[in-house]
Amino acid sequence: MFEKKSVVPSKALLISFLALFLLLVPALSSAKASSGGDDKEGATDFILHHVVDDYTWHFFDGDYGTIYLPVILYSEDRGIEVFSSHHFYNEAHEKIAYNGYEISEDGHIAALDEGRHAMDFSITKNTAMLILIMIVLSVIVLSAARHYKKNPRTAPKGVASFLEPIIIYIRDEIAKPNIGKKYEKFMPYLLTLFFFIWFGNLLGLLPGASNLTGNIAVTFVLAMFTFVFTNINGNKDYWKHVFATPGVPKPLLLIMVPVEFVGLFTKPFSLMVRLFVAITAGHIVILSLIALVFIFQSHAVGVASTIMVIFINMIELLVATIQAYVFTLFSAMYIGAAVAEHEHH
Amino acid sequence: MIAANLLSPGVGLIVYQAIGFLILLFVLGKFAWKPILGALKEREDSIESALLSAEQAKNEMQALQADNEKLLAEARVERDSILKEAIATATSIKESAKEETSKITARMIEDAKAAIEIEKKAALTDVKNKVAVLSLEITEKLLRKQLEDQKAQKELIDGFVKDLNLN
Repeated sequence: MFEKKSVVPSKALLISFLALFLLLVPALSSAKASSGGDDKEGATDFILHHVVDDYTWHFFDGDYGTIYLPVILYSEDRGIEVFSSHHFYNEAHEKIAYNGYEISEDGHIAALDEGRHAMDFSITKNTAMLILIMIVLSVIVLSAARHYKKNPRTAPKGVASFLEPIIIYIRDEIAKPNIGKKYEKFMPYLLTLFFFIWFGNLLGLLPGASNLTGNIAVTFVLAMFTFVFTNINGNKDYWKHVFATPGVPKPLLLIMVPVEFVGLFTKPFSLMVRLFVAITAGHIVILSLIALVFIFQSHAVGVASTIMVIFINMIELLVATIQAYVFTLFSAMYIGAAVAEHEHH
Repeated sequence: MIAANLLSPGVGLIVYQAIGFLILLFVLGKFAWKPILGALKEREDSIESALLSAEQAKNEMQALQADNEKLLAEARVERDSILKEAIATATSIKESAKEETSKITARMIEDAKAAIEIEKKAALTDVKNKVAVLSLEITEKLLRKQLEDQKAQKELIDGFVKDLNLN
């Protein structure tokens, strides 16, 4: 019985490995061409290009594999400038200067003149990804909401039945225990936060997708939202706890108040860094394993690293969910600490 | 180095992310989370109230049943008492009727006896009277015959007088 059963999945597994391996072959040859002489240096560039923001959206090499996204710049002397990022590349896909600007070493657009400075509001790869995630998330969530508007008292169906347990989990396990009585006010924020991070993480794992939730600008903004939500809702007890910690002797307050004050900022900072690191590190691990194939150029390493990539991808699916949960949970805890009413003292 | 890009957030992305998240927060908050959370709460409330009312109905049912049983028991007791009373009444009526009847019978018998006695007395008196009249007549006749002579008359009167004196 057992032996018979185990044959089928192992066969399927073997076929899928083979298929993945075959898919990797053209990528391998293209990477060899683009990486130039030094394979290790090329691998680092290959990995970093996949995790950082860009002015183009590169799917595969060739004439149609790259989408050139619009560059939007604002400078005091020239006003708003809009042009395609195609101008920054020549026919050999090498970076060139255009219109007094260039893409500098750190990947941002900089003015060629020393004295000039331009604000960069370009629709970058991550901005495009952001719009994509917003659309996907809105379509899914709004279609689920339609069920509740039509027949609010019936059991959920379709998308609603997929979202409902998550919504109930966030309400009953994250918001209620950590925030307390006033949880209802923060539910829309926590739900939007969770689903945005979760969808961002999951969509970011797709091949060719952009690493949006692993970008420090994005995690910075999300952490700032939690920071703002926490502090504008902070009650008397919360501020008293920061600036006149109860039960602490006066001389110790000289140490405690700065610590508590810094704590206000370390909380969102930890949120920002945690999400950024977890997602970016995951991408780097997967890309490193893929890069191994290009460096060693051996079939055995190809098979082994493909198996590892699949394994890490599974873990990344888990990490995507855990990080969304953790960000939401900590946000709820910080908000809860700000609105909590202490009956003691 | 391109690696520096990892830690240098793009101004544009910060702005777009902030705007995008605010739009999501507003749109989803207004058109999705609010109705969904409202519906969830409504459904939970309705389930809770349904359970509560079911419990209440059960209790009411039990109370009703108990009431019914009580009523039934009361009715049974009442029926028993009515029956008992009826039997008692019937018995007493029978008894009294019997008594009455025997009384009447007795009186009738007594009356009859009294009438018979009276009749008897009357008859006897009648007979006595008749006997007296007859004896008188006989006496008269006898006397007439005896007293046809003077001597006998005188003897009789003397006898009477003697008797009178004795009295």
